[in-house]
Amino acid sequence: MTELPRIPASGGCREEPILKQRGQREVFCGLTGIIWLHRKMQDAFFLVVGSRTCAHLLQSAAGVMIFAEPRFGTAILEETDLAGLADAQEELDKVVDQLLARRTDIKQLFLVGSCPSEVIKLDLSRAAERMTERYAPSVRVLNFSGSGIETTFTQGEDACLACMVPVLPETDTRQLLLVGALPDVVEEQAVSLLEEMGIGPIKVLPAPRAESDLGCGENTVFALTQPFLGDTHAALERRGARHLPAPFPFGEEGTTAWLRAIADEFGVDPETFARVTDAPRARARKAIAQASEMLRGKSIFFFPDSQLEIPLARFLTRECGMEAVEVGSPFVHKGIIGPDLDMLAQGPTISEGQDVDLQLDRCRAARPDLTVCGLGLANPLEAEGLATKWAIELVFTPVHFYEQAGDLAGLFSRPVRRADLLKVEAAE
Amino acid sequence: MKLTVWTYEGPPHVGAMRVATGMTGLHYVLHAPQGDTYADLLFTMIERRDHRPPVSYTTFQARDLGSDTANLFKQSLQDAYERFQPEALIVGASCTAELIQDDPGGMAETMGIPVPVIPLELPSYQRKENFGADETFFQIVRTLAKPMARSAQVSCNLIGPTALGFRHRDDITEITSLLSDMGISVNVVAPMTASPSDIARMGAAHFNVLMYPETAESAARWLERELGQPYTKIVPIGVGATRDFVAEVAALTGVAPYLDDSRLRLPWYSKSVDSTYLTGKRVFLFGDGTHVVAAARVARDEMGFEVVGLGCYNREMARPVRALARDYGVEALITDDYLEVERAIEALQPEMILGTQMERHIGKRLGIPCAVISAPVHVQDFPARYSPQMGIEGANVLFDTWVHPLVMGLEEHLLHMFRDDFEFHDAAGPSHHGGHAPVAPQASTPDAGGSMPPEAGPAGPVSVVWLPAAEKELKKIPFFVRGKARRNTETFASERGVDEISVETLYEAKAHYAR
Repeated sequence: MTELPRIPASGGCREEPILKQRGQREVFCGLTGIIWLHRKMQDAFFLVVGSRTCAHLLQSAAGVMIFAEPRFGTAILEETDLAGLADAQEELDKVVDQLLARRTDIKQLFLVGSCPSEVIKLDLSRAAERMTERYAPSVRVLNFSGSGIETTFTQGEDACLACMVPVLPETDTRQLLLVGALPDVVEEQAVSLLEEMGIGPIKVLPAPRAESDLGCGENTVFALTQPFLGDTHAALERRGARHLPAPFPFGEEGTTAWLRAIADEFGVDPETFARVTDAPRARARKAIAQASEMLRGKSIFFFPDSQLEIPLARFLTRECGMEAVEVGSPFVHKGIIGPDLDMLAQGPTISEGQDVDLQLDRCRAARPDLTVCGLGLANPLEAEGLATKWAIELVFTPVHFYEQAGDLAGLFSRPVRRADLLKVEAAE
Repeated sequence: MKLTVWTYEGPPHVGAMRVATGMTGLHYVLHAPQGDTYADLLFTMIERRDHRPPVSYTTFQARDLGSDTANLFKQSLQDAYERFQPEALIVGASCTAELIQDDPGGMAETMGIPVPVIPLELPSYQRKENFGADETFFQIVRTLAKPMARSAQVSCNLIGPTALGFRHRDDITEITSLLSDMGISVNVVAPMTASPSDIARMGAAHFNVLMYPETAESAARWLERELGQPYTKIVPIGVGATRDFVAEVAALTGVAPYLDDSRLRLPWYSKSVDSTYLTGKRVFLFGDGTHVVAAARVARDEMGFEVVGLGCYNREMARPVRALARDYGVEALITDDYLEVERAIEALQPEMILGTQMERHIGKRLGIPCAVISAPVHVQDFPARYSPQMGIEGANVLFDTWVHPLVMGLEEHLLHMFRDDFEFHDAAGPSHHGGHAPVAPQASTPDAGGSMPPEAGPAGPVSVVWLPAAEKELKKIPFFVRGKARRNTETFASERGVDEISVETLYEAKAHYAR
């Protein structure tokens, strides 16, 4: 049961040509990462420095969550801020003073750059340094950019984690660092599987609180739980940490391969590995088999959104019997996504970037059974008779590792099943 | 800079999108960075539109900054024209593009696009969504509407409905049939449902019905000045306003006033004995100016509520709302900061809130029933069923919507009678609502203070102590008036220099404030 996943007979997609297009892109900017990051980091506040558009986006993306008293907000630039730059720094100080006076529970403050703040070249990194001095030791102020001109959707999380890496304390401890914000339930499963194999100490980035004992150094190895962490990967390597390349832990096969990469690094013997993973693997396979019944032989088309597309296409084609037509990703980082590309059978178009109208033309021509896309496209495509699965849910819902494998397949089979169920036309 | 969590209005280019998406045959080319396409999902999700908004975004990225962005804009405009073949285009910049100063209007002019290209100047750092809609519609009308012979029959244009407008879809239907009963036909409905060629036909109407001042007042004034079309000043929301609207239309046209009120039920429902308990219910109103002004009249004159506070978030309507507040003897709250609204509601302890999505959540937090009367709204306020706010059926809808969150009369009576009953107690809240019971105060969590907790603690004077017996007695008062009773008693006590509240104090205060 511990054999490594087979490479497809046709060869993988790692060396396949990638269709790169530029044009109109129908994607979120990195600011949206704040929506789930602020739930993971319990003592952090995310202050976007931007325009009313930024505030409106956060509100639209947060839906009802805005009323759960979130720890994020926007310092909306006004005319006076655009007139002179020195003034803007003072204004920002005022806003932050006001904020921290009211919220004494905040230990980390992120100043988040936006398109407007980047275009007027408002130096938020200097502001962060200045404020860190001012509020030391109670609050640490960091800065990253979630602007649309620099980041796409989940890259906002990458930018945030990458800005935390340089300020992590130095440690020589031999340790495993799991990188990526996961729902708590999923994170606990991952850690307990690894601990049962005797692997430790295990640390997670982002840590739930600022004063955790998270450090980094030459003896740190890290595994990514999310594919969109290119900058964080580079920042960790600069700190001397070593990356363990692996397919991403989606489905039974992906989770097993991911665990295997770590187990091999820590010298876990095959018997131990089998003892820990056999039962959850069997459970996952059973759940997937049930949930994916509707998906066998169905075709799927991915619009670019989160960079989860390639690993998900790998899962859906290999474990659910689907056929991928096109797998679009906003960005393809071969050093990170390579193992998944190796396992993805040749056939689908792999595309990077987007010209949305041309891509819609391709999608309409292919008439896939299921289209994975953002909410701006989902209903319009449904109205054209195409079943869709909206992509954002894949970022918010627990989908990684064994126990969620059935749920993950279910997310894709539900719209297909629903299309079959609904009978709202006149009876024959 | 202004610290903001919630915003009642989006930026002005979202207002322009609302006009473009409502129309047909018009395309909007928006110079904007990658990511601004998030606004599409307001239309495809909240309003459940079955097509993409007719908006092309240049979606420039960091690598395009510099001279490249101008070419990107031209390319996007050319592509949009060729792909969609619209009758007219509008072009403009979002907040970020405003900073890079590419001048979409000037560039479009040099390109020889064979249809009208209308440039929009929407100052993102000063104005907001409603201004964007109003200004966009005004520019479209100014460019395309031409003087022409009036229609032989008396006809009018309905102006103001947009995409993402609160109940605009059904208001159009209701007002169209109301006018048709008077023998007046509708020439053009705009911006929603109209194409640029329809805008060009607007001059044939005898007058304009200004449905929503927020989104069409500038166009209404221009049409009056340039095409000699008068426009209606009364917004027909509520029974009285609808009757006044009919009279106003009759006066404008010389047509005999007529209103088919055979299906009007609000007056009888409001008279019927179960509604007696509505008398003097203290309501707080907040939303856009138009809907608040209309709702205040319905609340006071047609439902018998007491209006204890009102306000609006769009400063364009501040003047009429202030005037109205004076008329009602209350202070107008003109703000776009929801924390101010929350503080006002907390201080007033109304028994009901009529507001936006935001007030609904404030109400949920404070345990105060709330009905939605104005945008911004969520997906549930774009209902499948027919539910106008205007006209005869609109009045029926208002009655049901506003009464629904309250405890019904008989139920209120029973709660008073059996308030200590072990199974039928007030913590359960109204029988037809799961979640209205006020949540018991929780232990303080990091988030309990909210993102922006008020600087002071509770608004009541903290020097006053409740004796255990009085506290226990207070709990016997039904939950929907308990907050007010607590506040009144504390005010009563502190005004008299009493620093301990006993059961007697409670009942003395009750007698003092009896209505």
